[in-house]
Amino acid sequence: MALLSVRDLQVDFTTRNGRVTAVNRISFDVESGKITAIIGESGSGKSVCCYSLLGLLPTPPASVEHGTAHFEGRDLLAMSEAQLREIRGRDIAMIFQDPMTCLNPYMTIGEQLIEPLVYHRKVSKAAARERALELLGEVGLRDPAATIDQYPHQFSGGMRQRVMIAMALINEPKLLIADEPTTALDVTIQAQILALVAELQRKRNIGVIFISHDLSVVADIADEIVVMEKGHLVERGDRAAIFERAEHPYTRKLLDAIPAGSKAPSSEVRDDLITVNHLCTWFGQGRGREPLRAVDDVSFTIQRGEVLGLVGESGSGKSTIGRSLLRLVPVTSGEVLFDGTDVTALEGVALKQMRRRMQMIFQDPYASLNPRMSVYDTLAEPLLLHGIESRKTVEQGVLKLMDDVGLARAFVRKYPHEFSGGQRQRIAIGRALATRPEFVVADEPVSALDVTIQAQILELMLELGREYGLTMLFVSHDLAVVRHIADRILVLFKGKVVEQGTGETLFERPQQEYTRQLLQSIPGRALLA
Amino acid sequence: MWRFIGGRLLQAIPVILAVITVTFFLVRVAPGGPFDSEKAVIPEVKAALEAQYRLDLPLGQQYLAYLRDLAAGELGPSFKYPGRSVNELIAAGLPATAELGAYALLVAVLLGGLAGVIASLKPNSAQDYIPMSVAMIGICMPTFLLGPLLVLVFGIHLEWLPVSGWGDIPGDKLLPSLTLGAAYAAYIARLGRAGMLEVMSQDYIRTARAKGLPEWQVVTRHALRGGLIPVVAFLGPAFAGLLAGSFVVETIFQIPGLGRFYVQAAFNRDYTMILGTTVFLSTLIVLFNLLSDILAAWLNPRLRAQYGEA
Amino acid sequence: MTTDAHSEVLTAEQGTSLWKDAWRRLRKNRLALFGLWVLLLFVIIALLTPWLAPYAHDAQNLDMGATPPSAAHWLGTDIFGRDLLTQIMYGGRISLAVGFVATAVALVIGVTWGAVAGYVGGRVDAVMMRLVDILYALPFMIFIVLLMVVFGRNLLLLFLAIGAVEWLTMARIMRGQVQSLRQQEFVEAAISLGLSPATIVRRHLVPNALGPIIVYTTLTIPSVMLLEAFLSFLGLGVQPPATSWGLLISYGAETMEEYPWLLIFPGAALTLTLFALNFLGDGLRDALDVRGSGD
Repeated sequence: MALLSVRDLQVDFTTRNGRVTAVNRISFDVESGKITAIIGESGSGKSVCCYSLLGLLPTPPASVEHGTAHFEGRDLLAMSEAQLREIRGRDIAMIFQDPMTCLNPYMTIGEQLIEPLVYHRKVSKAAARERALELLGEVGLRDPAATIDQYPHQFSGGMRQRVMIAMALINEPKLLIADEPTTALDVTIQAQILALVAELQRKRNIGVIFISHDLSVVADIADEIVVMEKGHLVERGDRAAIFERAEHPYTRKLLDAIPAGSKAPSSEVRDDLITVNHLCTWFGQGRGREPLRAVDDVSFTIQRGEVLGLVGESGSGKSTIGRSLLRLVPVTSGEVLFDGTDVTALEGVALKQMRRRMQMIFQDPYASLNPRMSVYDTLAEPLLLHGIESRKTVEQGVLKLMDDVGLARAFVRKYPHEFSGGQRQRIAIGRALATRPEFVVADEPVSALDVTIQAQILELMLELGREYGLTMLFVSHDLAVVRHIADRILVLFKGKVVEQGTGETLFERPQQEYTRQLLQSIPGRALLA
Repeated sequence: MWRFIGGRLLQAIPVILAVITVTFFLVRVAPGGPFDSEKAVIPEVKAALEAQYRLDLPLGQQYLAYLRDLAAGELGPSFKYPGRSVNELIAAGLPATAELGAYALLVAVLLGGLAGVIASLKPNSAQDYIPMSVAMIGICMPTFLLGPLLVLVFGIHLEWLPVSGWGDIPGDKLLPSLTLGAAYAAYIARLGRAGMLEVMSQDYIRTARAKGLPEWQVVTRHALRGGLIPVVAFLGPAFAGLLAGSFVVETIFQIPGLGRFYVQAAFNRDYTMILGTTVFLSTLIVLFNLLSDILAAWLNPRLRAQYGEA
Repeated sequence: MTTDAHSEVLTAEQGTSLWKDAWRRLRKNRLALFGLWVLLLFVIIALLTPWLAPYAHDAQNLDMGATPPSAAHWLGTDIFGRDLLTQIMYGGRISLAVGFVATAVALVIGVTWGAVAGYVGGRVDAVMMRLVDILYALPFMIFIVLLMVVFGRNLLLLFLAIGAVEWLTMARIMRGQVQSLRQQEFVEAAISLGLSPATIVRRHLVPNALGPIIVYTTLTIPSVMLLEAFLSFLGLGVQPPATSWGLLISYGAETMEEYPWLLIFPGAALTLTLFALNFLGDGLRDALDVRGSGD
């Protein structure tokens, strides 16, 4: 018998615009000793479905309309809140996406860790503390005795997630629900946490539900995979079935969206558009403290028409390099030659003219558009500023841009909050292209988007790059994405360039230990081959 | 933490000094001398009086002499009550004011805090609307209107409680304390509700629920501390407001406290009394602000660590 | 061709700007709308008082003395036989004027100060905000009382003094807004487009900082009116023959045993206005989706 067996689950939400069915009659099983992955993009209902099982959804607006969920023979959905509470944290435990916000900042991790044990098993605090220390060691915290009385803000993201895992396992639950537990983490940390979850699961032989938006993340660890789209379960099967013989078009679309393969390097020899020499960007951290060397003596060139990929984890300085080139942060020393002119020395009118030639596409499509300006105003602003269109022809220019980035002309009077993430990113791309730039810095332009949207935006960027003859600096934490789009790749670590080369050489013959480590951390490496 | 406290104390010193200086010179440049109103003062007597109060000295020297006295804890003689020092007058008025302030603060924190937390637990229900509507009345009904109205209803109409006095008749402390505390109870209720709502929407509350803790433990163990930090930070400004409010409340209920003395001194142009009381009250307010700041910082482990590391 | 495109933009689906969205939400909030109408009504009455008031401002009838509400005197008369409704109308002019003018003073100083500190940043910001911190620590209530004692009860001074206290919070809010907006990617985008600082402030910063400023302004007016009433009650604010609601309440409190209407009606006028402003402020806060800060 399955550990958990969900049948015909339906969850509705009451919103300002009426009722919405978030989870629509789905059924699936979770076996002991197996990892069941639930995959879906935002709005697929994957998290709602799991939260509803434990009564963790606020009601209203949510309501479970239909279905059963038998856990060890008892229907969770028919239980009272008091009965459910007995199961939560004892038989079924959870870990969440963002370890930064999921731990209580006002309590030491020790206090938080022992809580479930003391509450459910009536263990003494001293005994619980012993157990907590043991578990912290098991999840890989160095020196648990010294850190157990520290507060969450004293830990890094990866360490906090380890604490969360220890907290979930302290009562030896039979089922662990992990809601995107690695999404907020760097790739190398993600690989460690995935390995840890898989190891602990095997050792304890428990059931795991692993919720993720990304098929490749679960490619190495999932036994069973459930694919959800807009509240419906579209396909389920074991790992091999999903990855090798997916039947549903949506599953195939998800699989296709995983960026794969290197861009064919072009053999054309072109002149250098950008030359960066010994660039340093440091940030002061207040009196008496060493400056933060975000970018530390970095040199590279970008050829005209080339896409240069910049890869690194958080704190590697990759975004700061992009911002330094565009003079969005003050450069400490070094030079940035754009077509022979040192950008770092420009002022006034010369700087304004230079800004026209180089533009930026930002990461967060929700923050990169002025919420009070319509698409029309956003796109018309650069066109008028640089005299690219006159007042008479500006409408024509705006509409042309909308056509280029694939937005319907009818949306021209709409405001950013009325668009989806992918559409907003299209607007942002249109704004960057409005000045007819020669060079564009794209700072993680797809990392905030759903996988299928991500693929569309990448295609759009490649296409427009060719059409506009753009030179591009593509900044990303995601090696697979960069390999897909870039001609050459630069690997950064703590403000310095570690290694550079074409996608192919880097992937097949990495020279540096750090590059190798990065490559090994890519989830589902087998898929990329 | 000690560095934080030390730093804040150092900051408080120039503020207090500024208060003393500004007050001193404001009072001295005020039009009309203290003895101008007495019609026929013999010039010799006037000169003697001015000498006694050091008014014959140049302004700069008066200031320095005043600072010297202050350092010795001496606030000087009163203009209007010959033979009595400002110290004695403050000592006479302080007990009643301190007691009134303490009760009012208690009313504000207990009533306000409780109402705010209760309202936040079930937003947009009767449990939220009723205490918050009362709080809105508390905010819109000024102390000097609430006081007389309470007296009208409970003192004069129902004859349940005495209408004035302090410690003479049993129950005479109830109305003044309630009057003074009401507005701040209302503010605290609103602050507490907003703070709790903010905290209750945090991810770590979901974590606590996922552990299977009962709701009251989720609230008391996980939410209360973060939710009430804004309330603690508000205690400093609230104290300043309570002192100012005591001017009115002591006048309405005829309580022989510092507030009433201050208002009387203001009307009598008793400059040394005004000066002394302003300096005294200001120092109290600055120190209380400091205390509530430190308390709020101490409740937040991140701030505590930040200041504790050095 | 151009005309075609022109019509295309004009006929395109109308978007909903955040202002429109906020107005729609505000319109659904009955308490806030009630507040808005009451406020408008009171402001119009205050503006037209010399024409609307049933009696002359200084008309006395000592023989009549205090009388309860009647057909001739809707809200009764005070001990000098003056019509209370007339008194309340004239008092409202002063109370509202103090509220609006002092808030405007605070708004201008605070917004400018905060915007400059937030936008320039660095050492200038540190010095400017330090000054605000120090002023914050001063016991202003007591200072205003002192000022009124020392310089006499001068209405202009009252405006300035109250405005000088209230600008501090305004400056803090504005600086916080500008600082957080400056880090937003759309401002970086505006910089990289090559827009001038003045244009960035005008087109990208101010419209986005406006929400919290509007909300806080609405909530500052009632606290200023309370302060004025407080001073007038103590006899340190508005002086006869001019009058204000605070002063009327103060007279009313003295004679409330015999003539309770003299306390209740001015009190109701003040409380109702404060209600209206607070409801409107809360409603605006919800409608404009302004979070925390400023309390």
